[in-house]
Amino acid sequence: MTEPNEAGVRAEARAWLAEHWDAERSLAAWRGMLADSGWGMPHWPEQWHGRGLSVALSQAVDEEFAQFGAVGVAKMGIRLLAGATLLEYGDDFHKERFLRRILTGEDTWCQLFSEPGSGSDLAGATTRADLDGDNWVVNGQKVWTTSAHHADYGLLLARTDWDAPKHQGLTYFVLNMRQPGVEVRQLRQMNGHASFNEVFMTDAKIERPYRVGAVGQGWRIAMTTLAHERRGADGLRGSVRERRGEGRIYAEEAAETATLMEPYKWYPQRAGRVDLVLPRARETGRIADPAVRQAVARLLVLARSAEWTARRARADQELGRPQGPEGSLGKLAASHVARAAAHAHTLIAGADAMLAGDDGPLDGLIAEILVSVPATSIAGGTDEIQRNIIAERVLGLPREPRMDSGPFRDVPRNVGG
Amino acid sequence: MPAAAFSFTDEQRQFRDVARRFLGDVSPPTAVREWMESTSGFDPAVWDRLAKELGFCAIHVPEAYGGQGFSFVELGIALEEMGRALLCAPYFSSAVLATGAIQHGGSEAEKAALLPDLTAGTRRATLAFTEPSGGWDVEQVALTATPVDGGYRLDGEKRFVLDGCTADCIIAVARAPGSRGADGLSLCTLPGDAKGLERRPLRSLDPTRKLAHLTFRGARAEPLGEPEGAAAPLKRALAEAAAALANEMVGGAQRMLDSAVDYAKLRMQFGRQIGSFQAIKHKCADMLLEVELAKSAAYRAAAAVAEDDPDAPALASLAKAAASEAYLGAAAACIQIHGGIGFTWENDTHLWFKRAKASEALLGDAAYHRELMMRHMQ
Ligand SMILES: Cc1cc2nc3c(=O)[nH]c(=O)nc-3n(C[C@H](O)[C@H](O)[C@H](O)COP(=O)(O)OP(=O)(O)OC[C@H]3O[C@@H](n4cnc5c(N)ncnc54)[C@H](O)[C@@H]3O)c2cc1C
Repeated sequence: MTEPNEAGVRAEARAWLAEHWDAERSLAAWRGMLADSGWGMPHWPEQWHGRGLSVALSQAVDEEFAQFGAVGVAKMGIRLLAGATLLEYGDDFHKERFLRRILTGEDTWCQLFSEPGSGSDLAGATTRADLDGDNWVVNGQKVWTTSAHHADYGLLLARTDWDAPKHQGLTYFVLNMRQPGVEVRQLRQMNGHASFNEVFMTDAKIERPYRVGAVGQGWRIAMTTLAHERRGADGLRGSVRERRGEGRIYAEEAAETATLMEPYKWYPQRAGRVDLVLPRARETGRIADPAVRQAVARLLVLARSAEWTARRARADQELGRPQGPEGSLGKLAASHVARAAAHAHTLIAGADAMLAGDDGPLDGLIAEILVSVPATSIAGGTDEIQRNIIAERVLGLPREPRMDSGPFRDVPRNVGG
Repeated sequence: MPAAAFSFTDEQRQFRDVARRFLGDVSPPTAVREWMESTSGFDPAVWDRLAKELGFCAIHVPEAYGGQGFSFVELGIALEEMGRALLCAPYFSSAVLATGAIQHGGSEAEKAALLPDLTAGTRRATLAFTEPSGGWDVEQVALTATPVDGGYRLDGEKRFVLDGCTADCIIAVARAPGSRGADGLSLCTLPGDAKGLERRPLRSLDPTRKLAHLTFRGARAEPLGEPEGAAAPLKRALAEAAAALANEMVGGAQRMLDSAVDYAKLRMQFGRQIGSFQAIKHKCADMLLEVELAKSAAYRAAAAVAEDDPDAPALASLAKAAASEAYLGAAAACIQIHGGIGFTWENDTHLWFKRAKASEALLGDAAYHRELMMRHMQ
C-alpha cells in the first residue's frame, strides 16, 4: 500500500472540516464525530477511531485543525497514555468500552503506579490484587497520582503473586475510581498547586474483564505506558493554546480546561517556558547585559538542539529505520532545558525573581516557573533513572549487581511500604 | 520542515560508510602520531588519494569549477568522519576556508581560475585572516593592502594561519590604509613562497593541525573579488566554516564517547566492570546526550548552509557553541574514565583532547558564538 501524500491528506482534512465544523455544536457531539470519522486521532488504526496514517501525517492534520480553528479530541492528561496502552495490550472489550470515551473527553484517567515505598523502583509495588470469585479485590496505597481527584478510571499496577520474582508478580488493571473502596486525598505541591493525590484502596473491586493483558504481565505493560509518557516529553508538544473563536463549542472547551485540565495548568511552566525568554529579555532591556545574553544563548542552543534531536529520532522512525540513541534522550534533555530556562528567567528578572503572585513579574508566572521546574526531573522517571536506562540499554553498559532477585516476599523494602 | 531534513538519505549514509572505511584505513592512531610529528603535518600520498580517489576536495563545489556539485551536508559528513579519525591533512584550510573565501568573494573568472586546482587537490590554499590580536571578527584585520599597479603591497602580520607553511597559495584579508571596521577590507592572493612573505611554523597545542605566523614586508598580492568589498563575503565564508568545523568536531566527540564506553566495559575494579558503577554510567549517559544534541545542531547548520537559509549564520554559531562544549566535555570525560592510563602519552585519548581544545578556540569559542547568535536574533 502506498502512503497517502501530505498535500492530499491536508486537503482531505480541510474539506472534511469545511463540511462538518459547526462552532455551535456541543463539544461531546463534535468529538464523537471526530472519533467516528477518524479525524481526531489519524494515526490510530482505522478500526479504532483513527485513519491508520503515519505520525507525521497525523501532525499535518493537527496543523490543519489548528489553522482552521477547529477543536480536536480530548488529549491532555493520562487519557492518551491509557489509549495507547489499551490499543497495544487491551482486548476488544477494553477498546470498545474505553477508547471512544477517552477521545470524547467523557472519561478522565489517572496513572496508579507510584507508591510510598516504590517510585523509581516501580516493580516494587506492594498494592495487592487478589482474586475473589468474579472480582479482583485491591488493597494498598498509591501516591503522586496526578488528576486522581478528577479521574473516572485508573491504570493500576498491582501485585498478584508474592512468590514470583519482583517483576513477574505484577498485573495491570483498569480500576474504576468511582467506588466506595477508593479514597482520594489531594496533596499540595511546592508550587502551591494540588494536582497530585494520595489514593487509598480498601477492598476496592475490579471485575475480571478489567484486567489488561495476562496475569503477571503487568510490568511489561506498565513499561509501554511509561515509554509513551517519556516520548511525550520530547519537546514536540505545543504549550497551552489560546482560544480563538466564539461559539458554544469553544465555551464548553474552555469550561473543560478550567476544571478537568486544571491540574495541568502549570505544566507549561514546569518545562521552563522557553518561549517567554527572548521576549522577556527584550522587554526588560536585560538583553543588553552580557551575562544575560550568554544565559539566554545557552538555553537556546540547548532547546533547539533538543528539538532537532527529537525530530531526527522521529524522521528515522518514519523512514522505518531502527531507532538510534537519540530517541531515548528526550526526557533527560527536557530537564536540562527546563533548568536552563529557569536560570535565564532568574537572570532576566533580577531582584524581581524574589517576588511571587501579583507582585512578581508577569503576575507571578515567572515565580511559578521557578518553583515548578524541579518537577521535570522527577515526574515520569527521575533524571538518574533516565541515565541508568540510557547507559544500560543504549550504550550497553553492565547492570549493577542486583539485591532484589528471588521471590518478592523476601526482597528488602521500605518499612511499611 | 519536512522530516527528510532531519535524516540522511541512503546515498548520504553510503557516502559516510565509504568515508569511514577509507579514513579508518589511512588514519589509524599510529598514522596520526607519525604525521603530527612531521613538519608538513600530513602524508602527501594520503592527500592524493583523498583528492583523486574520493574527490573530497570537490564535494560541495559546483561542477562548473571542477567540483562534484554535492551539498554542504555531504561536506559535513566527510568532515565528521575526518574528525572521528583525527585525519592529519590540510583539508579544513584548503577545501573549507580557502575554497569558501574564493566561492563567496571571487568573481566568476577568479573562481574559474582558482577553484579547479583546489578541487583537484593539485594545489592547496589557506585563508590568512586572524592576526596577533587573536580576534575572529572581520573588524580586527590590520594588515594593510596598498594599491600598486593592479595589485597590492601587503604589510603586517597574520597569525594562527592553518597550514600556512605548506599552502601553495595564501588568501589574505587586508585593509586599505587608513580604513576602519568592516570598511576597506579586500581579499587578495599570493603564492606561499612570495617575496616579502616570511612564514614561521607555530608550536601548536594540537599537533595534528599545523599553524603558522606570516610576516608581510611589502609582499606583492593579486586582488581577489571586489576591492574593499570583502567584509560580507568573508563573514559568510567564516560562518560556513564554523558550521563545517562543528561537523568535524562532533565526529571527534563521538569517537571519545565510543572509546570511553568501550573502556568502561573492559576495565575491572572492585570485582566488577567500572561501567557498572553509576558515577561512570551517568557520565557516559551525559556524554551521549551532549554529543547527540551537538550533532543535531551541526547537521541542522550544514543543512541550513546547503539550503541558503538566511538563518544559516545564526545556526552555524549555535552549532559551533554546542560542538565546542560537547567535544571538550567528551574528551575530558574520556580521559577521566580511563584513569591514569588516560593521562599517558601512550594512550591515544590526548590526541583527540588536544584537537578538541584547539578547535574550541578556532574560529571563536563557545561564548563568542553564543554572542554572535544573539546578535543574529535581535
Ligand atoms: C509532578 C509529579 C507528577 C506525578 N504524577 C504521577 C502520576 O500521575 N502517577 C504516578 O504513578 N506517579 C506520579 N509521579 C511520581 C513519580 O513518577 C515519582 O516521584 C518518581 O518516579 C520518583 O519516585 P520517588 O518519588 O519514589 O523517588 P525515589 O525513587 O525514592 O527516588 C529518590 C531519589 O533517589 C534516586 N534513585 C532512586 N533509585 C535510583 C537508582 N536506581 N539509581 C540512582 N538513583 C536512584 C532518584 O533519582 C531520586 O533522586 C509524579 C511525580 C511528580 C513530581
